[in-house]
Amino acid sequence: MIAYIIRRLFSTVVVMAVVALVVFSLLYLTPGDPAAVIAGDIATDEDIRLIHARLGLDKPFLVQFGRWLWSLLHGDLGTSIFTNLPVTQLIGQRIEPTLSLTLCTLFVAVLVAVPLGVVAAAKVGTWLDRVVMSFSVLGFSVPVFVFAYILILTFSVQLDWLPVQGYRSFRDGVWEWLRHLILPSVALGTVYVALIARMTRASMLEVLAQDYIRTAAAKGLAPDQVLLRHALKNAAIPVITVIGMGIALLISGAIVTETVFALPGIGRLTVDAILRRDYPIIQGVTLIFSAVYVVVNLLVDLSYVFFDPRIRY
Amino acid sequence: MNIRPVLRRSLGRLGLLALVSVLCVPAAGAQEQRLLKFIPQADLRILDPITTTAYITRNHGYMIYDTLFATDAKFQVQPQMVDKYELSKDQLTYSFTLRDGLKFHDGQPVRSADCIASIERWAKRDALGQKLAEATESWKAVNDRTFTLKLKRPFPLTLEALAKPSSNVPFIMPERIAKTDAFTNITEAIGSGPFKFVKEEWVPGSKVVYVKNADYVPRKEPPSWAAGGKVVKVDRVEWIYIPDSATAAAALGAGEVDWWEQLPPDLIPVLARNKNIKVENIDPLGSMGLIRFNFLHPPFDNPKMRQALLYVVDQNDYVLGIAGDPKNGHTCYSFFTCGTPLSSEVGAEPMKGKRDFDKAKQLIKEAGYKGEKIVIIDATDQPIVHSQSLLTAEMLRKLGLNVEVQAGDWGTLITRRTSKEPVEKGGWSIFHTWLVGPDLTSPAVNFALRGTGETGWFGWAKDAKIEELREAWFAATDAAGSKKAADAVQARAFEFVPYIPTAQFILPTAYRSNLSGVIIAPMTLLWNVEKH
Repeated sequence: MIAYIIRRLFSTVVVMAVVALVVFSLLYLTPGDPAAVIAGDIATDEDIRLIHARLGLDKPFLVQFGRWLWSLLHGDLGTSIFTNLPVTQLIGQRIEPTLSLTLCTLFVAVLVAVPLGVVAAAKVGTWLDRVVMSFSVLGFSVPVFVFAYILILTFSVQLDWLPVQGYRSFRDGVWEWLRHLILPSVALGTVYVALIARMTRASMLEVLAQDYIRTAAAKGLAPDQVLLRHALKNAAIPVITVIGMGIALLISGAIVTETVFALPGIGRLTVDAILRRDYPIIQGVTLIFSAVYVVVNLLVDLSYVFFDPRIRY
Repeated sequence: MNIRPVLRRSLGRLGLLALVSVLCVPAAGAQEQRLLKFIPQADLRILDPITTTAYITRNHGYMIYDTLFATDAKFQVQPQMVDKYELSKDQLTYSFTLRDGLKFHDGQPVRSADCIASIERWAKRDALGQKLAEATESWKAVNDRTFTLKLKRPFPLTLEALAKPSSNVPFIMPERIAKTDAFTNITEAIGSGPFKFVKEEWVPGSKVVYVKNADYVPRKEPPSWAAGGKVVKVDRVEWIYIPDSATAAAALGAGEVDWWEQLPPDLIPVLARNKNIKVENIDPLGSMGLIRFNFLHPPFDNPKMRQALLYVVDQNDYVLGIAGDPKNGHTCYSFFTCGTPLSSEVGAEPMKGKRDFDKAKQLIKEAGYKGEKIVIIDATDQPIVHSQSLLTAEMLRKLGLNVEVQAGDWGTLITRRTSKEPVEKGGWSIFHTWLVGPDLTSPAVNFALRGTGETGWFGWAKDAKIEELREAWFAATDAAGSKKAADAVQARAFEFVPYIPTAQFILPTAYRSNLSGVIIAPMTLLWNVEKH
């Protein structure tokens, strides 16, 4: 197992090196000039040229890449061209809202989706199954922002139960933190509920058709024990995979939800940086989250051991 | 198979969660009475109001900096940080004495050296500042509160320059910060203005925080634009950037924020129906849209092609396209902001009255237009730019011209417009933008009127005559002479057509009705505002 972990971590380094080169190259080739954005509308060619030079953007590709790589190897992700703040600080400001949204969304999704998927599988072909599957189709089909607007209109504007927008830190109080996350988590969670419910149902159906399930029922075990203790555990692996992918995707930013609810998350940081051509932020965020993605996948793979003792690394 | 126990357990867990949530005590409310939450027009990214002309940075500058002089609502220059000033009889030497008690946010007193360094840095970037610098022989600090400006020749616009209301504003910074290269962003935001910037709480893209500067000594006069007393009546201001306009409207309606700086036209009626919200036009000058040409390549290198468009641009269409409601815009057949002293309709006959497509086609024929492709570069993420692009494209197609709109985002547009290549090699023919009223009030600040060619603003309009007339305007010594010279500049502009003004429009603001003291001004100013 240790050797497996070391091999996977080594491959993370290789992946990140490739990502670093690809991202840097793509940004270099992409049209757009942060110097022009900094200079503003009322600027001349000369203004932009001078800002360009001050930022070191007039240097050849290899020089710029070399400088960036050298800084990276010293743990420095660089400084935002616009705000002059370290990229690590900017990302650090966004970690808490992003992780909070991720955890709450997945909590909502798993809490709702797994039971729904189990119920749908247990009552396959009945009206209950159809309702659950219809709901999951809706969850996939309705854009997140549409659902978000409906939630805001209902619970914030009409009922005044929950806030419209913004994020409160955990340090400002648990209730305020939670209040500001309920609507975004529910809005974003619908997609994951749909996905996880369907995966759970499909996986459960496969397991419920196995002989050992019939044996367990024949032995006189209560239905919920058969479902939860025998079937669900064996059906868990594909579900865990989907949840793991969900974590990685959410951490890299739920841009639409963050925009609608004005949450200062990683998604908005990245998109704003792209629109402004704030290269250090784009490079830094992409690198960090490629590493997060690889590590999350590793953890998901390792977690299989707990669900299926036959799996060994 | 009985699933009731499964359902019961799940519901039970959900109920427990709800109970725990309800039992969690909400955090005690902040001092809401003295906290002003404001949705700004854009996200503040650059803190340096000298390296960038972005209006959001200018507005940030007004929060934390002060100026030696300021322009009031009657377009008069008033002393602000300056207590008294004198001009020598030969009009070559100004002497300025600062007010007592001026301090920077780091506790250091404002000195003459700080003012001189700040003005010198500003003058390296600003067009009017550059004219002042050309006329300047030297700045000298007599002592910490008094300094002089020695001119090479009389420069009647000296005080107007020091009172310039819009980008770039000659804000005063500590000397050590003002010594930063004028093309490099400053990293500290320390001023002597009515608010202090709380950098530790700044989350770019989300929140900017200011607190009242308790050491600020406001002038005694009532506020008038950026002049007069800057009395802060709240303890803390938070700029909450909400990128989604529907969310911003909901937040204002729910009272989560107090003031939304600029409303999109489609949400004005929605907010106007809310009895707790006031929707107002507090900008007396508004902004002006414009069509800018590429003078380097066909077809708009030919003045007849540009003149042709004067006969078909219908400003009423652009008012509707930009503002959505005729109440929020009007025609302005002038190169100087309507409602300001130098604006007139001299030379504007082609733009007024019934549109004349036949005349335009005649001019196009005389220009020898051979079907060259006209590329309009558009930014779909900028509604004002985008609506103008679509209107112009439609108008050009009606004239039978070969038009293509190439859409991108604003970042792409402002990069692409730096290209001097022909359209076949990625160049462009037309772009649109808009400028605030104070940036178009005179030949001194209206940079889009310049004819300096490839060293000038994008489009690279070249016309020696307009430059000559501009210089003549600078030499005017009284108001009548200045008006006459400005009319001459405008008359030439309608012949040469460096750009076409499309409409004058106002972007309304909306704030909760428990706010009072909102200042009517062409820039959003947050002192004097009280929350009840």
